[in-house]
Amino acid sequence: MTLPTYNFAYLDEQTKRMIRRAILKGIAIPGYQVPFASREMPMPYGWGTGGVQVTAAILGPDDVLKVIDQGADDTTNAVSIRAFFAKTANVATTTKTADATIIQTRHRIPEERLQAHQTLVFQVPIPEPLRFLEPRETETRVMHGLEEYGLVHVKLYEDIAQHGHIATTYAYPVKVEDRYVMDPSPIPKFDNPKLGRSPALQLFGAGREKRIYALPPFTEVASLDFEDHPFTVQRFSRPCALCNATGVYMDEVVTDDRGGRMFVCSDTDHCETRQADGHRGPGLPQLGPHAASDRESAR
Amino acid sequence: MYVAVKGGEAAIEKAHRLLADRRRGDRSVPALSLEQVAGQLSLAVDRVMAEGSLYDPDLAAMAVRQSRGDLIEAIFLIRAYRTTLPRFGATRPVETAAMRIERRVSATYKDIPGGQLLGPTFDYTHRLIDPDMAGDHPVAPGALREMAGDAAYPRVTDILNDEGLIEPDVASDVEPGDLTRDPTGFPAGRDLRLQALARGDEGFLLSLGYSTQRGYGRTHPFVGEVRIGLVDLEIDLPELGFAVNIGAIRVTECQMVSQFKGGGENGPRFTRGYGLVFGQSERKAMAMSLVDRALRADEFDENRVAPAQDEEFVLSHCDNVEATGFVEHLKLPHYVDFQAELDLLRMLRREHAAKTTAETDRQEAAE
Repeated sequence: MTLPTYNFAYLDEQTKRMIRRAILKGIAIPGYQVPFASREMPMPYGWGTGGVQVTAAILGPDDVLKVIDQGADDTTNAVSIRAFFAKTANVATTTKTADATIIQTRHRIPEERLQAHQTLVFQVPIPEPLRFLEPRETETRVMHGLEEYGLVHVKLYEDIAQHGHIATTYAYPVKVEDRYVMDPSPIPKFDNPKLGRSPALQLFGAGREKRIYALPPFTEVASLDFEDHPFTVQRFSRPCALCNATGVYMDEVVTDDRGGRMFVCSDTDHCETRQADGHRGPGLPQLGPHAASDRESAR
Repeated sequence: MYVAVKGGEAAIEKAHRLLADRRRGDRSVPALSLEQVAGQLSLAVDRVMAEGSLYDPDLAAMAVRQSRGDLIEAIFLIRAYRTTLPRFGATRPVETAAMRIERRVSATYKDIPGGQLLGPTFDYTHRLIDPDMAGDHPVAPGALREMAGDAAYPRVTDILNDEGLIEPDVASDVEPGDLTRDPTGFPAGRDLRLQALARGDEGFLLSLGYSTQRGYGRTHPFVGEVRIGLVDLEIDLPELGFAVNIGAIRVTECQMVSQFKGGGENGPRFTRGYGLVFGQSERKAMAMSLVDRALRADEFDENRVAPAQDEEFVLSHCDNVEATGFVEHLKLPHYVDFQAELDLLRMLRREHAAKTTAETDRQEAAE
């Protein structure tokens, strides 16, 4: 009996070429979902198989890989995917956004502005922005072909009529270069403004649904809205309890069962870098004589 | 004092160590050998090969052992390995009429050329837990019928076809599609449908097939024949100019004789539903043939009204590796998105409370 062996970055070279062709097509038609012959990966569908295949296809021996899930490098699935590539491709890994050449992400875009030499790879569960309005692929492909996006606007309008606000808070649909409506993956809408005119290449992989799409650098990306209900992002009233950052996306941490909450940066690298630079949030022991009262006033 | 959640890596390592411990179980009990799994849990191994779509009993037995008997997990292991294998050719179509029969039953004829053969079946056993199963008792060897040298087992559907009573099975020169190598589009065509069904989840197909029997896409099925046995695999070698035998595999085939359709130049005749599965799995082959026939609704101008007739629905949801992955991914962290929902919901509730208060004030003022 022959025991299994695997290629660099797991996938065989023919498969990587097939995926690269799909990526190139995606780059040529920003926001268009390119069907590809998604492979069965050694991690479950829905756990990043699309992102892993895209990363495997573009990864070279000199790349430095960062993997985040919910903005954090040490969430278990991010750890698992990073370990997968460290093992199968023996590439350098990092948690520093600035040091990475490829960043695979689930549900977040790093706070730090990405650079031209970087590629952001998104894990996508449902690539079709029209899916929950029309379950059939045969229909949605025609709708994209005909640029028939009225249904999305009707949905957003119904939200406003019912709730007074657009009730989509993540996976908020965008229009790319005034042509394709695209699902940005389940990032909070807070991150949507970072999608447009980014110097970095952004690639989206959906393994189970067998789709790849892309935003080439400096692509125009507009979040869908109405003139009288313009697109807005989440704002947090408190600074990060650890690094005092404002204008970032936060995790709400339940500290006790009596209503205690604290807010900390969702992007762990951003938070740690700021702390290393000397920023201290109200949740940390304060230095100096007024520490206690500072902490009180921050509550 | 809040401490950032750290140590995912250490937690994973420890979890996998515990998993290995639980998998091995009591160390004073001998470990399962692959021969035991492949030899004594052979139907589990068959299912893993069928839905893993890789015919390799040794690997499937390893997967069953590695997965602690969780067969969908074992199927997943086989799939993830299969996808890395190079594809160097396709066999000639398997000739199931030349199958070395181990079991063969027909529900449409009392006797058929070659005869009916019950073989190793659970059918007609009384489902009483056998006390002998608690120990290792001697088991008598099976009594096998003498095979005549040139025994022929013509397919029941061929017998029907001789009389023109059933639609013919037309040979095709077109290379069948492969949904593991090309992106699937809809309509997919029968070749891809049969591939998807052959790999599809036994339970899902069983329930869908059952639903057609209860009126959701009824097909009036009769089991023309179910046969289980070994078939030879032949592959054309261009260098040699002829086909060579590369081995034999055990398969289960079900030919379902279904609702006749009338008219046209050929007159009314029965239609077919087809099931073919690696190993011994009658349940799966029969369910597959029911669903195959239901999915052919368009060919026979039947209204597509039931789930089993809906190609996009069936093909998009019959794969248990896809299904289990996506269902189970819900346990992954979603707190970024949940935070976004919390934020919106709190705002909506604030607005709702303000509105309610304002209305109460207005009413009180009016009174």
